This record gives sequence, structure tokens and C-alpha cells, in this order.
Amino acid sequence: MTDILIRFLIGGVVVSIFAVIGDLFKPKSFAGLFGAAPSVALATILLTVRKEGADYAATEAHSMVAGAVAFFVYSSVVSWFTMQREAKALPVSAGFLSIWAIVSFGLWFIFIK
Amino acid sequence: MRIKIDTSGLKATNWHQLLLRFGFGGLVTAAAGLIAKIYGPAVGGLFLAFPAIFPATATLIEKHEREKKQKAGLQGTVRARKAVAIDAAGASMGAIGLLAFALVVRKLIVSHRPSLVIVAATAAWALVSHLLWMIRKRL
Repeated sequence: MTDILIRFLIGGVVVSIFAVIGDLFKPKSFAGLFGAAPSVALATILLTVRKEGADYAATEAHSMVAGAVAFFVYSSVVSWFTMQREAKALPVSAGFLSIWAIVSFGLWFIFIK
Repeated sequence: MRIKIDTSGLKATNWHQLLLRFGFGGLVTAAAGLIAKIYGPAVGGLFLAFPAIFPATATLIEKHEREKKQKAGLQGTVRARKAVAIDAAGASMGAIGLLAFALVVRKLIVSHRPSLVIVAATAAWALVSHLLWMIRKRL
């Protein structure tokens, strides 16, 4: 339980720091880079290495490759869709998280499992 | 266009919005750890690249851009939508940087000091993302 709480706090802080850095920069396309900053990974990898060992962290990083490809597909689709269609940001960006899930688990199933 | 630091974006962000992003970030990080514990690191690792706060950020950008235009007497819907699309395009380049981050960690974490590996991987993310952004701007 303590481990989860520590992860929550560190994750919240790191993600917020990157979000604030993103808010500071212009143009928007550059600020957008920070939307895909490795915040969750930064918050957890050192904790994972300390608790579970480096091999465990390497396995996580191996799968993270699939997650990153899925993130690329997801954000590209959101960008294309919002440019083409009249749609609100929240339903589009939240709804298309299913694309992230399909691509990441698809890649995991084909290449990693 | 040159990269600039502009604090007006920060001024438009209130505590409620910051708290929201803190909450989402914390939840996803905790969930990634929990998933790894239950289903193993191969599944948990996927969530290290989960778009944790992307929907929250996109919603804030849409709101800020619309409010800015409405202050000028315009509707601002189209402008807000385009701002979200541009931000998402930036995130696509950041995601390729994220891929570089993961590859560096995967390759080096077992054989090198973890803190140094994290620094190298973060530098790889920044370098790859920035380079792609510069290439795209010149096209």
C-alpha cells in the first residue's frame, strides 16, 4: 500500500512538472512534445529497480516500446481527427484512448508475449 | 517560428486544473505499478507510455484558446480545435522520443548505474523529440 501511495505522489509531481513546462513554451507544436514526456516512466523506473531489480525494469522498458508506438498512433489520430472534424477535445482524446489500448496490446501480443 | 517561453499559459492555469493533472498523473503511475504487480512487468511496462494527462491537457488547451478568442469578440471554436490538433501533432513527435527513451532504458539499465541510465534516456527523449520538431518545421 505504501509503495502505491509513493508511486501516486511521485507520479503526480513528475507529471505536473512536465505539464507546467509544456504550458510555458510556445509555439503549441513544441509545447505538445511535453504531452508525451516520459513522466510516468521517470516516476517509476528508479523505484522499480530498487525494489524488483534491473532485469524487471528492462522487461518493463521492452514493453514500453510498444506503448510508445501506440502513443504515436493515438496522438496522430487525435491530431488528424480534430483538424478534420468538428469535435470537442475531451470526447475525442478520451475516446481514442481505445486506439492506444488496441495498438499497445496488439503489439504486445504479436511481439512480446 | 522560434521557441519562446511565455508565462501567459501558466497564468491561465488555475489550481483546480493543476490538481486534476496531478491526480491523473498519480493515478496512472500507481496503476502502472499495480498492473505490473498483478500481470507482470511485460504488461505493466505498456502503461509507462500511457497518454496519462493528454485528454486533460487537450481540454485545457481548447478552453484557454476559446476563452482568448471570446475575449476578442470571436467564437473561437475553430481556433480552439486547431490548437488541440497542433498540440497532438507535437505529442506525436514526443512519442517517438518516448520510444528512444524506452530503447535506451532497455539496452542499458541492466549494465549501468540506473540514475545515469535515466539521465541518458531523458536526454535521448529530448534530443529525438526536438530534432523531429525542427525537421517538421523546415518541411
